[in-house]
Amino acid sequence: MAHYLRSLMLVLGLMAGVAHADETLVVASTTSTEQSGLFGWILPRFEQSTAIKVRVVAVGTGQALDIGRRGDADVLFVHDRAAEDKFVAEGYGSYRKDVMYNDFVFIGPKDDPAKIRNAGSALNALKAIAGSGQPFVSRGDKSGTHAAELRLWKDAGVDPKALAGYKETGSGMGPTLNMAAATSAYTLSDRATWYAFKNRRDLDLVLAGDPVLFNPYGVIPVNPARHPHVKKDAAERFAQWLVSPEGQAAIAAFRADGQQVFFPNAKP
Amino acid sequence: MTATLLDALALLGSFDHRLLEIVGLSLRVSLSALLIGTLLGLPLGAWLAVADFPGRGACNVALNALMGLPSVVVGVLVYLALSRSGPLGGYGLLFSPAAMIVAQSVLVVPLIAAVTRQIVEDAWREYAPEFSVIGIGRPQAVRLLLADCRFSLSVATLAGLGRAMSEVGAVMIVGGNIDGYTRVMTTAIALETSKGDLALSIALGIVLMSIILTLNVVAYGLRCWAARRYG
Repeated sequence: MAHYLRSLMLVLGLMAGVAHADETLVVASTTSTEQSGLFGWILPRFEQSTAIKVRVVAVGTGQALDIGRRGDADVLFVHDRAAEDKFVAEGYGSYRKDVMYNDFVFIGPKDDPAKIRNAGSALNALKAIAGSGQPFVSRGDKSGTHAAELRLWKDAGVDPKALAGYKETGSGMGPTLNMAAATSAYTLSDRATWYAFKNRRDLDLVLAGDPVLFNPYGVIPVNPARHPHVKKDAAERFAQWLVSPEGQAAIAAFRADGQQVFFPNAKP
Repeated sequence: MTATLLDALALLGSFDHRLLEIVGLSLRVSLSALLIGTLLGLPLGAWLAVADFPGRGACNVALNALMGLPSVVVGVLVYLALSRSGPLGGYGLLFSPAAMIVAQSVLVVPLIAAVTRQIVEDAWREYAPEFSVIGIGRPQAVRLLLADCRFSLSVATLAGLGRAMSEVGAVMIVGGNIDGYTRVMTTAIALETSKGDLALSIALGIVLMSIILTLNVVAYGLRCWAARRYG
């Protein structure tokens, strides 16, 4: 049976044209970094300077952490500080380093029926949405954005599940923005995905700038002690490159829709 | 809607080699899965058509039900099997085209087997008395019936091809939609839709449908040619 399996896998490998000449690295990351175009901008620079080929699996932060926990990626690049610290504390990650941040922004209909443009703070904005009964779509997918949104509702003292207009899409930022556009609802997005998003229809950025909307991204190599097969050296070089002056400059130079959306903040 | 369609048509002219790579991978993955599916599904279906064993009815119902196997469920199961923490994790196949071929094969085998079973069983009912008169056993009957029903069975194969080319749930999960490595037509369409680029999604959809149509035209042409040549 084992023999048969091995030859089957070999045939599959041949059919799929698996060729591992260059060193490759699997990065589990978030939809915001991929869909905003950041990876398309920084990875060619990393690959040129290290000759390591990077393969990005872009999913929500929750799923990315799970992929790392199972040992299916070599390094993670995600944004949910509390969950990241837990991941490292449980021994799945070697360490976590700050890389950059962007921020969350409130997106809503241009005419702003809940009047949150002048709410002054994120918590007031959520209270205004709850009070006005306007629809709000949530990621509902355990992503970093979803986790941040739930933290904000909690701090605002509102139970979103009790709101009639609250809907969970259970999907990525893009599909959630598509639904907000189709139903003239409010939502919380990361700034990068919003700038790169095309199907905006009636939506506009209605509130940003509150420090509680700060959204830090960290890099975590998967712990080789836990998963011996991970590409330890390549993962290490990826993490070190991101926080190096070269990597930080590449991140700072990236533009989505003409705007800087990621701000490097690695500690020297 | 009309504006999006027009944008999509305009985009069709601007596609580059990256699109060709995606199309190439779609074809490589789905045709490999179809090959595996046909090699396993045809004999399995034909054998079930002529075999006699207790629980045969239940087996046929189960096989027919598996035609409706949700691709996302197959995706999760194959993911768990091929994950480094799963039983086949040692091969390191997750997030590779090979994993996508495995997942699509799992989807295609029951479909081809179930359709084959029905087609061959109908023929078996018709010929069984004659076979027993001239003393042809079941193993040989399977071969004769498969050859005799080849034109009807081509539909089973085409259905398998359609199933493989069109599914997105399984390849998204086990392939990871990695740019330049495991991104196929359907996962590219899902990605562009989530980025809100509906025109590009439609343009890719038009390309995908054209490919499926072309494959069917080729299959039809082969069938006509074979019918003329071999009757």
